[in-house]
Amino acid sequence: MSTRQIQEEIIDEFSILGGDRESTIFYIMELGEKLPELEESAKVEENIIKGCQSKVWLVTEYQDGKVVFNADSNTAITKGLISLLIRVLNEKTPDEIINTELFFIDKIGMRQLVGSQRSNGLTAMIKQMKMYALAYKAKFSN
Amino acid sequence: MIDIKYIREQFPAIHQEVNGFPLIYFDNAATSQKPKEVIDALNAYYEGYNSNVHRGAHTLAAKATDAFEDTRESVRAFLGAKHIEEIIFTKGTTESINLVAYSFGRKFINEGDEIIISGMEHHSNIVPWQILCEEKGAKLNVIPVKGNGELDYEVYESLVSEKTKLVAVAYVSNSLGTINDVKRIIAKAKSVNAKVLLDGAQSSPHCQINVAEMDCDFYAFSGHKVYGPTGIGALYGKKEILEAMPPFLGGGEMIKEVTFAKTTFNDLPYKFEAGTPNIGDTVALKNAIDFVNRVGKEEIAAYELELLEYATDQMKQIAGIKLVGTAAEKVGVISFLMDGVHHFDLGMMLDARGIAIRTGHHCTQPLMSSFGIDGTARVSFAVYNTKEEVDVLVEVLQKISDRFVAKTSKVV
Repeated sequence: MSTRQIQEEIIDEFSILGGDRESTIFYIMELGEKLPELEESAKVEENIIKGCQSKVWLVTEYQDGKVVFNADSNTAITKGLISLLIRVLNEKTPDEIINTELFFIDKIGMRQLVGSQRSNGLTAMIKQMKMYALAYKAKFSN
Repeated sequence: MIDIKYIREQFPAIHQEVNGFPLIYFDNAATSQKPKEVIDALNAYYEGYNSNVHRGAHTLAAKATDAFEDTRESVRAFLGAKHIEEIIFTKGTTESINLVAYSFGRKFINEGDEIIISGMEHHSNIVPWQILCEEKGAKLNVIPVKGNGELDYEVYESLVSEKTKLVAVAYVSNSLGTINDVKRIIAKAKSVNAKVLLDGAQSSPHCQINVAEMDCDFYAFSGHKVYGPTGIGALYGKKEILEAMPPFLGGGEMIKEVTFAKTTFNDLPYKFEAGTPNIGDTVALKNAIDFVNRVGKEEIAAYELELLEYATDQMKQIAGIKLVGTAAEKVGVISFLMDGVHHFDLGMMLDARGIAIRTGHHCTQPLMSSFGIDGTARVSFAVYNTKEEVDVLVEVLQKISDRFVAKTSKVV
């Protein structure tokens, strides 16, 4: 599936919640619970995304020209948010990741939902994921 | 008896919907909402007699000065100080403590001296003393906090020695709600002639305060936690100590005469009030104190205690909830955790139902570390809260517990 298709799928899922704040938060937390936990050894300072109020660890691998993301957080909502980002950007080429416009975030009203502090954290997560894609592109493009 | 209907009518901000639900404001230890008379007083000042105090030879300036000084008298009575010049207006508790650290501390704390604080202090009552101790080569001792959130008084008493020059502790813990035995703390400090500063940010809204009777040397408080405006508070200091202290900030108001050769400083309390003060908020603080006096401090305390017990009893029953701080003497503050649910997430889920609480370390990181946690969810009551609001909180917490607390912990 393209990143566009995955984003449309997410928008559809969230539309079922009808914009109800409580149900949306519960749903995001459940998504977070489903994200596989990172090994404790990966939860180290250098994997922490700076700029998030909660602790978020992000690790990546480069396999067959695609970036594989794994992440974890100490709070379920943040874990849910990054699980959505991973769902869209996982196992895509660096170019796809760099060029993907994450329109689903505004469509499902995520920024209003999480408030300004967590919204900054969300921006930090996206930036970090795109930075990894850029780094892999630079490293392997020749 | 509290006339809750009357009281709720006084607070415009609590009558609104948040996220489609009636607001339940349980973040009162952070700041309380303001009664209409406080908001009206702010408007009346800015619309009617905004003017600089203590200097203008005109009617508005005289009116502003009178109102400003009326609040000082009101704060004096509220805190039980003997003399009006013992009340210094500040931005709030933090500035009050810093004033003492900079002025009293720079003059009277020397190398080898010791200052005692407690393990449950707000950062505002830690950092100024750390800075001072580092500068002076003094030592900072910390009274440990027991598992139930009470201070270990025996250790405190063993820490006090001839070297102790100052004991600076919170009357009431902002994170746990513990009411500390300040009588005992002061008595021991006095036995070695150490001065005592009480951080009164959290006690002022809930406890009967009488600084003269308690015999503390300094008492710091914030207006915004007692239904007053933000940005205004006070430092109480014993007259003879304040007189011996050098000025804190230099500028207008705090001087008697300035020449380039020498400046003589003004008398108390103006010596410590450099620059144009926060007149509007000071004026309106009187109305907040009037409100508290009218409702009655004892009545407010009894009512909040009732809410505390009502909420504590029910919250204890919810699977996965662990209360942090179970001291015998508490104000209406409940800090808690829920197994497997981070306090940030709890805060967001409650907010989705219109319930405002505080989450995080509450500016008491050393206390949180001593409990081995990075923060808590904190519910804190004010006089306008109700048992019905507690019922909604309990219902929502139960729902969150049912959904997210691991099955294993339910069995226990």
